[in-house]
Amino acid sequence: MRLSDIDWSKPLPAREGARQIQFREALREAMSEEMRRDDRVFLMGEEVAYYNGAYKVSQGMLDEFGPQRIIDAPISENGFAGLAVGAAMYGLRPIIEFMSWSFSLVAADQILNNVPKMLYMSGGQWGCPVVFRGNDGAGGQLGSTHSWCVEGLYSNVPGLKIAIPSCAYDAKGLLKTSIVDDDPVFFLESERMLSDKGHVPEAEYYIPFGKAALRHEGDDCTLVSFGRPVNFCLDAAAELEKDGIRVDVLDMRTVRPLDTESIVRSLKKTGRVVVVDQCWPFASVASEVITQVCERAFDYLDHQPLRVNSDDVPAPYAKNLEAEFLPHKGKIIEAVKKAVGRL
Amino acid sequence: MMSTLPSASGSPHAPTPSQPADITQITSSKVHMGANGAPKREPGRQRPSAALPNETLLRWLRDMILIREFENRCAQAYQQAKIGGFCHLYIGQEALAVGTIGCLNHDDPIVTAYRDHGHALARGMSPRACMAEMFGRLAGCAKGKGGSMHMFDKPNWMFGGHGIVGAQTPLGAGLAFAAKYEVEVMRRTVDGGPARRKVALCYLGDGALNQGALHEAMNLAGLWDLPVIYIVENNRYSMGTAIERGTTMAHDLTAKAAAYGIEGVRIDGMDILNIYDQFKPLVDRCREQSRPAFVDLLTYRYQGHSMSDPQKYRKKEEVETVRQRDSIELLSQHLMAERRCLSESRLQEMIDECKAAAMDALTFAETAPAPEAAAELYSDVYVNPQPGLSPLREYHQGAKNPLL
Repeated sequence: MRLSDIDWSKPLPAREGARQIQFREALREAMSEEMRRDDRVFLMGEEVAYYNGAYKVSQGMLDEFGPQRIIDAPISENGFAGLAVGAAMYGLRPIIEFMSWSFSLVAADQILNNVPKMLYMSGGQWGCPVVFRGNDGAGGQLGSTHSWCVEGLYSNVPGLKIAIPSCAYDAKGLLKTSIVDDDPVFFLESERMLSDKGHVPEAEYYIPFGKAALRHEGDDCTLVSFGRPVNFCLDAAAELEKDGIRVDVLDMRTVRPLDTESIVRSLKKTGRVVVVDQCWPFASVASEVITQVCERAFDYLDHQPLRVNSDDVPAPYAKNLEAEFLPHKGKIIEAVKKAVGRL
Repeated sequence: MMSTLPSASGSPHAPTPSQPADITQITSSKVHMGANGAPKREPGRQRPSAALPNETLLRWLRDMILIREFENRCAQAYQQAKIGGFCHLYIGQEALAVGTIGCLNHDDPIVTAYRDHGHALARGMSPRACMAEMFGRLAGCAKGKGGSMHMFDKPNWMFGGHGIVGAQTPLGAGLAFAAKYEVEVMRRTVDGGPARRKVALCYLGDGALNQGALHEAMNLAGLWDLPVIYIVENNRYSMGTAIERGTTMAHDLTAKAAAYGIEGVRIDGMDILNIYDQFKPLVDRCREQSRPAFVDLLTYRYQGHSMSDPQKYRKKEEVETVRQRDSIELLSQHLMAERRCLSESRLQEMIDECKAAAMDALTFAETAPAPEAAAELYSDVYVNPQPGLSPLREYHQGAKNPLL
């Protein structure tokens, strides 16, 4: 299966339905389906095999695929990330699980120097089709070193594609697309969402990159988000509606590529945009979205674009501090009210 | 209490005189070392290289001379500012690349660091593509996007040319992993052909011995029985730092591999016949047993670390000592005196041919067109470009690589 083999004109299956499964199960289904189809695909990471996954994403996969394809790696992120680079150049399709994207920093040389640049440095001879996936972002009281939100850092680097699903349905469809893409994909999950249930259809489907999903409709303001904070936006949208403020909630699904067209389309209707991003604010994805909005749709803005990020401090441990640190519903409501002049 | 601060003499792990730990201590061409530096000559048993046909040795000699002449031209072009960036020459180390690659099958993958012109040429890259890359030309092996440190050659199974010290070592494990996976899991090649056992060679400089990446990679290779051979091109200096000033156990580097359960061998790398004698059985063993190995290959670079190195850290006499056992000299003497398949005049012809080939590469590179920015700046970034990947411009497919 290649990306070009997929019929993208076919509409996606319904988002709502009776088959409710966990986010982690959706990830597992995506990997297992692609592994059954293509024996070049293997899964490697810490505790993915005999432990059944540190967060049980790969539960049962060792039994189905055996230890040569579901591979427990020692705690050597730089080593096994680099091994994946060599294996991918050779022609295999590795899926590398980082228990947390926080630990990917240990593998920075491989994932930032080798993965995104190999195609360019080799003059088009070798790409690096690896999917790196794992938990991203704070929310489990893990303290600052384990709470990294890496999309702000990594989206700066050309050569990568970055997918950040917000629900089980998208997790499955986006991960399947990531595995068949010939380009390297960083796939950012959230430990806080792994148990969340949602509808995932029985039939296989692939979600295209660079196509945002409109998750809530309204004319007053455009909320742009991705990953877990999309759910904060939906909560905020429901509450804002009680005050008569109706918002579009755009789930970007991927930040590289970024579907600026959909943002601009919504903005032309609402005249206001608030970007919700769980990275720190400085040089964040939110900064980039707002820059692109200003470059492409400045004349449609009735209020300066606003951003809601995590607070600009290391992620704290204390439950109340961590809750406040995140781009939570309260911050979003406040920003929207400011944008629509209701504060 | 003993001081652990660095002393002027460097590492407290001093080499013992009976075991030459570096190339400057080997003065006789008769010395052939076996495992861990022990002189090895099994009486009554023919050296493996004795079975090699003359043509093979003559081809190796030509390859070594070509690398040297090619590098001489690189030095000249660099001094004329026709080659930019960093440029690391292979002069002095020719026997190493030619000899080790000479022990492989064509489809055994190799990967190396930034002193990579020698490997590229030994693997069969055309001198034109290699030189054109350094000149930043579209006809270069990486379309002028990689430069001296990034020689990639897919048809010849050379997976780069890598600029970050040690970064290629996990890749070497990955190449071996994939080759093993083809045989044991897929039971066919990734292209659908019949799979066969392979060995991956991963070259590194002695400076890379102290990078974590190597140690993680060796642990993975030892753990998973990956058929990769880590070849330390031990030329005694990581830039200007002598090995014993930066590396523990410099007198016995194989101890590092032993910690990962990996067989280690030290080989005199100036004598290509000796390389073959020691290295070929190792390659065969790694292939058959699907096991990694580690080789401390003693060699020497006659030039500086890069073109901008004044070489204040070593004495001229040291360079001269090693040059007494120059690899090209040793092989040509052998072919003339022992094999009697080479004459002075044939040798001179060979040198002239190689000089001409290097000159041809230089002329070609000088006149070849540079990549056009409109066509090439935004190509080869993504295999599957799509809208929205960059706020500046859309990525696209570029010209086909000249090697493909």
